[in-house]
Amino acid sequence: MWEALKRLYHRMGSPKWFYEISAVWLPWFAIPAALFLIVGAVWGLAFAPADYQQGNSFRIIYIHVPTAILAQSAYAMMAISGAIFLIWRMKMAAWVAASIAPIGASFCFVALITGAIWGKPTWGTWWVWDARLTSMLLLLFLYFGVMALQKAMDTEENSAKAGAILSLVGLVNIPIIKYSVEWWNTLHQPATLKLTEESTMAMEMLIPLLIMIVGFYLLFATLIFMRTRNHVLWHERKKNWVKKLIQPEAEK
Amino acid sequence: MFFESFAEFLAMGKHGFYVWLCYGITALVIIANILAPIRQRKKLIEQQTRLLRREKKNASEA
Repeated sequence: MWEALKRLYHRMGSPKWFYEISAVWLPWFAIPAALFLIVGAVWGLAFAPADYQQGNSFRIIYIHVPTAILAQSAYAMMAISGAIFLIWRMKMAAWVAASIAPIGASFCFVALITGAIWGKPTWGTWWVWDARLTSMLLLLFLYFGVMALQKAMDTEENSAKAGAILSLVGLVNIPIIKYSVEWWNTLHQPATLKLTEESTMAMEMLIPLLIMIVGFYLLFATLIFMRTRNHVLWHERKKNWVKKLIQPEAEK
Repeated sequence: MFFESFAEFLAMGKHGFYVWLCYGITALVIIANILAPIRQRKKLIEQQTRLLRREKKNASEA
């Protein structure tokens, strides 16, 4: 097991290996992602029953919750990639972190905006400055900060380092987001999904939500592959294997 | 199906505006997320192709 992990780690460090294997993996993530998202959305929009308190506005949950979960776990993955780059100087890790940042930011934006739109009919207001909403907004700004730093320094290496350090510092915000609904008074409802206890949601509402979460994670993986492949192509453009790849195009 | 008719499905019981706005924005963000790396890849390959052609031309002329 340990040996296999070590081998995978060393391979992941090879841009060429990643470029080749990700081409094989891509359809296995992209196609299920599309299927899960379509099935989940149709199920959630048309077949799940309306909430007895919130009516049909609750259907926003099928994008709000998955994107909010994803925005946070994407941030954690970006910070871990940054740490791997800082500790072992693995360039691939820096490129993965650079790929995750804009994707995570866009999901964070979707979680915030769908939350605001959901808040209007439910709470009567688009926005309140409470702990959950504010810490989630901070997450979006952390993403922007990391993205800016990843391009800010004189060399690429220093930029990646700066981005990695900020992303690691910002990691303290993640547990704050999670517990914000328990530590402070808030309009935001408590967690719908719990890992250790039974969920507070009815089955016919819960299943499409789980489908959407899986769908969004698959989409996220697909997008990381696509972006990281571009980073590989750019950074390895002077290497022979990339030239060979481009060759048939050039001879046309 | 939860709704009686397609019109009811669109109306979402007075919440149609909020629900469809959320799903619309999300769809747009997803599409943008997919198109961005595809465009970038195209640009990258075009750029490298041009470079490679120029290198070859220079090499054959020299």
